[in-house]
Amino acid sequence: MNNGCGSGSESCLSSMEEELHVLAVDDNLIDRKLLERILKISSCKVTTAENGLRALEYLGLGDPQQTNVMKVNLIITDYCMPGMTGFELLKKVKESSNLKEVPVVILSSENIPTRINKCLASGAQMFMQKPLKLSDVEKLKCECHLLNCRS
Amino acid sequence: MDLVQMQKSLQDYTKSLFLEGILDSQFLQLQQLQDESNPDFVSQVVTLFFQDSDRILNDLSLSLDQQVVDFKKVDPHVHQLKGSSSSIGAQRVKNACVVFRSFCEQQNVEACHRCLQQVKQEYYLVKNRLETLFKLEQQIVASGGMIPAVELGF
Repeated sequence: MNNGCGSGSESCLSSMEEELHVLAVDDNLIDRKLLERILKISSCKVTTAENGLRALEYLGLGDPQQTNVMKVNLIITDYCMPGMTGFELLKKVKESSNLKEVPVVILSSENIPTRINKCLASGAQMFMQKPLKLSDVEKLKCECHLLNCRS
Repeated sequence: MDLVQMQKSLQDYTKSLFLEGILDSQFLQLQQLQDESNPDFVSQVVTLFFQDSDRILNDLSLSLDQQVVDFKKVDPHVHQLKGSSSSIGAQRVKNACVVFRSFCEQQNVEACHRCLQQVKQEYYLVKNRLETLFKLEQQIVASGGMIPAVELGF
């Protein structure tokens, strides 16, 4: 992949051209469909998961027998989900040595300051309000490419 | 009715839905996600919303009709409906769900019954209007026309 942006432009540009692979997690079918479409229109590769457990499986943090583990560049997760919340998923990702560098964005319909703070304090890249707009995804992509450049 | 008249009717009809607050700008976001590669995206998502909502409203009716209402079951349903309606821009349904949730929190059964009726009313209204909207679109497409973009000056 890229090896830093010391001399800047060239490796950053090639990182801009690579497709971002996003794992989108939401228990609501309509929201999953919307997320998927917004991300695809924004030229991202998308995998969706209906809950935290499935998300962990895709990421290789689930069943040790799991074979089709994928590399993702960004995780977007709903906060309010039955079972494992988005916050709990965030913590599991950040606790993993393999995955802690993957940016995690939390989506919520409710802008509750204590909720926002605890997510950011636990390593969330961003906290955004649902429903997500096309312009929000453009911002996210820029952030991710910048992160990829820096690492 | 000729094509131009049909297109104008559709635009006027769509505008009225926004003016009445039945739809909000999120619906416009949805329309932006539709293109030649996904020409039915909006109606697909809305159809999903109808199916999901019918199911939720049914479950809510059953839950509220129990001798002892289990609000731990009721609230998640309302939360889900609030989310879906918000995601497709069904503003009045969403707002009715917000009120409903506050009464769930208070565990006020009678108020919740009233809220359910209110939510159902708003839901059937938006369902009816959107079905009409899609019919108008189909008529235009069947006549070989394009769906005009809605200019709303938001």
